[in-house]
Amino acid sequence: MTRILLSSVAAAAVLVSAQGAVAQTEIQWWHAMGGNLGEVVNDLAAGFNKSQSEYKVNPVYKGSYTETLTAAIAAFRAKQAPHIVQVFEVGTANMMAAKGAVYPVYQLMADAKEPFDPKSYIGPVYGYYSTTDGKLLSMPFNSSTPVLYWNKELLSKAGLDPNKPPKTWPELGEMAKKAVAAGAKCGFTPQWQTWTMIENYGAWHNLPYATKQNGFGGTDIELKFNDAPRVKFIQMLADWSKDKTFVYGGREGKSTALFTAGECAFHIASSATASAIDKALGSDKFGMAMMPYSPDVAPKPQNSIIGGATLWVLQGRPAAEYKGVAKFLNYLASTPVQAKWHQETGYVPVTLAAAEVTAKDGFYKKFPGREIAVEELTLNPPTDNSKGLRIGNFVQIRDIVDSELENVWSGKKDAKTALDDAVKAGNEQLKRFEAANK
Amino acid sequence: MEKRVTFHERWLPYLLVAPQMIITLVFFFWPSGQAIYQSVLIEDAFGGNSKFVFLDNFIHLFNDDSYFASVRLTVVFSFLVATIGLAVSLLLAVMADRVIRGATAYKAFLVWPYAVAPAVAGVLWGFLFNPSVGIVAWMLQGIGIEFNYVTNGNQALTLVIIAAVWNQISYNFLFFLAGLQSIPKSLIEAAAIDGAGPGRRFWDIIFPLLSPTGFFLLVINIIYSFFGTFGVVDALTKGGPGQATNILVYKVYNDGFRGQDLGGSSAQSVILMIVVIALTFVQFRFIERRVHY
Repeated sequence: MTRILLSSVAAAAVLVSAQGAVAQTEIQWWHAMGGNLGEVVNDLAAGFNKSQSEYKVNPVYKGSYTETLTAAIAAFRAKQAPHIVQVFEVGTANMMAAKGAVYPVYQLMADAKEPFDPKSYIGPVYGYYSTTDGKLLSMPFNSSTPVLYWNKELLSKAGLDPNKPPKTWPELGEMAKKAVAAGAKCGFTPQWQTWTMIENYGAWHNLPYATKQNGFGGTDIELKFNDAPRVKFIQMLADWSKDKTFVYGGREGKSTALFTAGECAFHIASSATASAIDKALGSDKFGMAMMPYSPDVAPKPQNSIIGGATLWVLQGRPAAEYKGVAKFLNYLASTPVQAKWHQETGYVPVTLAAAEVTAKDGFYKKFPGREIAVEELTLNPPTDNSKGLRIGNFVQIRDIVDSELENVWSGKKDAKTALDDAVKAGNEQLKRFEAANK
Repeated sequence: MEKRVTFHERWLPYLLVAPQMIITLVFFFWPSGQAIYQSVLIEDAFGGNSKFVFLDNFIHLFNDDSYFASVRLTVVFSFLVATIGLAVSLLLAVMADRVIRGATAYKAFLVWPYAVAPAVAGVLWGFLFNPSVGIVAWMLQGIGIEFNYVTNGNQALTLVIIAAVWNQISYNFLFFLAGLQSIPKSLIEAAAIDGAGPGRRFWDIIFPLLSPTGFFLLVINIIYSFFGTFGVVDALTKGGPGQATNILVYKVYNDGFRGQDLGGSSAQSVILMIVVIALTFVQFRFIERRVHY
């Protein structure tokens, strides 16, 4: 007993002296990356800690996005906020409205006199988290974009060329029907339907999601996604669901199970799902391509928008510590770190340079399809409709859209009624948000 | 002889009640007070921009059709969870009470589900009934029932009810079993000698004598179905498809924690609190009169 006591006292003494000797400033980073992603995050922090000795970044896994945000809010209210917190993209407008709580990245960089070049970033990645005049609010971290996956075996079985993906929605429909006729249980299923089938379908065809540049120009906005092309598109999917050409697999990422089980011929999902699909089906059993487009809506696709999360810097810490935060964010955006992040996780890099390095390394040759996400995002310079979305109470609005789409899939409503109802209920949420943030 | 306990020190009774009072104040009254306070404010989640809006949050709720849909759903859901849960566990308890060989093993198995957290129960049932990989869904398909709780609202609600009931059965079972075992055997034997069959004995003797336990469990089950079923819904359906399983407590969580709308969410929990207080009051006022202690 005495020995244990003695050795623990000794250990404590060593710890204290170690801290005294280095006098590092600790930077708390709360994130929502579990499992393998969490390990990559720890690697990133360790890399930064090794690169210099003044600051020590301490990454802490706080659970899901919601749990992480809730924990950060509670900590902020108790004046114990972490320096950096990871927040999902749909929380952007609400975070911006939290004046006095967030420290915009452009201002942080200016205050800390750290170099910062917006031009090196990929347009839609940067744009999603910046103001209308191009000032970055939060640091893009894990961003992805929807891409088309297809099951080569199911296409071969249907007598189709397994290496030729569809380019348009009518083509996809025909191929999916053939696959179902040849025995596939499901032709096509989308992941995160509100993000892929409504938000990204809009950006891809240059259609607005909401007024005032999708909400970038102000909070007094109205939703616009019940336009004729999207009503037609959703109705088409609903009609497809009668013969299983389209199968609804649940909210968020649940439908991916259908594709990884080899039941579906086509899947539209986040580019970051690639490694999970690779593990489940095998590298040579699936292909990746750009999302199809509707030629009667746009002659060619515009560009896709991102999803994922971003790093917000919170106020309420001593000014000197923010210098370290700025240095760390710059470290994260540096080319080798971004290239590593992109290659290990499947998320898109935040800078073009990182994508170029990845291409030069031959990574895309080894893993064909991993370049599709960046290609989609940089297909054309983003327009007001394809820069991103800045929607207040977006979490609630996505829930509304999810449940109205489910009403379409179950046959309770036709596409027009459901989208009109979703816009109506969503506008109520926007009014509430505007009233709260006047 | 004076039977009543009396305290000679004036402060002693207060001291003895103090721990209970402190716990009640800190863990029940303080959070409830906070909820009431938040329900008349609109503010951003970080606590800045706080505005007093009086009853706006409530008015907004009462003008919202989907809120009333959720209220109706919760009434149906709670009724079914409580009645099915009580009926099934009473049946199981009566059966287990009669078993002679291996009784302990039966009882242990029946108590097991209570060790499973509601969220895990949700995942388990979701896995069994999963339309693409679930074994039960597959068997149902074999007999011609297309089971897909992902798109079919009624099936989703059924599944959530089954999972919620399953999770609560053990708790009810334990209390019913204890209640059954405290009924004097002599009463039942006397009835048997008088020629009463098992059914008659159950309805005329056992059931009335069990009524205090049953009443207690009714209150607990109603409260469980209002508040404790959150984990099941979250793991299974997240309130969908459509609004088919969006019960009030799930809506409170969703708007408050996922949506960061603390004002609206607090208003909902205040209403929920009032409803449960009213329900419990009604139960004590009217049903308890029919209970034989």
